[in-house]
Amino acid sequence: MSAAQSQPARDAALAGRVREILAGVPDPEIPVVSVVDLGIVRGAHEEGGRLVVDVTPTYSGCPATEVIEADIAAALRRAGWKEVEVRRQLAPPWTTDWISEAGRERLRAFGIAPPPGSRSLRGPALPVACPHCNSTDTTRLSEFGSTPCKSAWRCEACREPFDHFKCI
Amino acid sequence: MDRDGAPTPDQALLGTVLRLGDNALILGQRLAEAMTHGPELEEELANANFALDYVGQARMFYAYAAELEGGGRDEDYYAFRRDGHEFRNLLLVEQPNGHFGDLTARQFLFEQFYLLQLEALARCADERLAAIAARAEKEIRYHLRHASQWVVRLGDGTEESHRRMQASLDDLWRFTGEPFAADDVDAAFAAHFGGPDLPALREPWRERVAAVLAEATLTMPADEWMDGGGRQGRHSEHLGYLLAEMQFLQRAYLDARW
Repeated sequence: MSAAQSQPARDAALAGRVREILAGVPDPEIPVVSVVDLGIVRGAHEEGGRLVVDVTPTYSGCPATEVIEADIAAALRRAGWKEVEVRRQLAPPWTTDWISEAGRERLRAFGIAPPPGSRSLRGPALPVACPHCNSTDTTRLSEFGSTPCKSAWRCEACREPFDHFKCI
Repeated sequence: MDRDGAPTPDQALLGTVLRLGDNALILGQRLAEAMTHGPELEEELANANFALDYVGQARMFYAYAAELEGGGRDEDYYAFRRDGHEFRNLLLVEQPNGHFGDLTARQFLFEQFYLLQLEALARCADERLAAIAARAEKEIRYHLRHASQWVVRLGDGTEESHRRMQASLDDLWRFTGEPFAADDVDAAFAAHFGGPDLPALREPWRERVAAVLAEATLTMPADEWMDGGGRQGRHSEHLGYLLAEMQFLQRAYLDARW
């Protein structure tokens, strides 16, 4: 980084570099998506030589929260930062709307129907497309699935069961 | 306390945060007790998910309480080192699981209240508490949809399921006055932080509960004598048994670590 760069440009470059590194840190429970795909990495800046990364937890009870924070810190230390602090940023609360397009595609390819949009939590449910055959003729079997972030569904067209990432 | 004996803003905030933490922890522990007793695999998973959310919420509240208190206590202290009379949870959440209808009724009645409380807290003037409430609100909205569906399925199900669901509601109804009975901590919190006016939440709660009960062909029980005292530390005998199990390890092996 050249000294001629302005502070905002340096901050943006730093945040970009951090995101690039963290794009290689998988979610421990759904390893096809990275922590960046999930949209939980909110920002990064330096405070007196120490790197501070703001991370928004997904669900209150997500047992992976601490593992994710440890993985993030470890990846950044490997990339050369000696002192890394992962800070929990609660507000605004994480929503599945923050999952990136690439992340949604990777979920679908993995067999997990991505969340259509958080507004279905309050209003009428949006249709959920089967990740195998793309039919929207699907039935929810249970509000809850194998991890806190998923619900269990069945496709009426291809008859395959599948996981759906809950919308919150 | 300030001069007229009312809680100070600091006391009101800490008191409110601890009560929220205690509700979440005690209900989370009750749901954890129900694991392996679910009527079907999907309900097992749902229940485990609920328990995780509640324990996670309790940790956020307790971590904040510890900072507010600044006395070196931590999350584990609040959970494992306090006796029953120091817990400030509602009597409703400490009631035993009973059968699946009882558990569902408890969940439904509490979460209808808790969601209203969180909606209001998410707008309060304390930034940290508002952030925790906004986070928790989304989860409880999701839980409540599940609890409401079961109330309807059981209420509008077979003759037997209807009878038992109605009996569960009737049994627990006496605990539904306490959430709305504000004391000086609630009043001070409302005055200093724009927190929820608990008595005013009663009517919206009744409306939301009534709508689901109507769909479930269940009768809303009459408001007769209402139990209370949990939020002042006076609990039913059930809390002691719950704590004896939950706190055993940390009581028997002080400062044990994983």
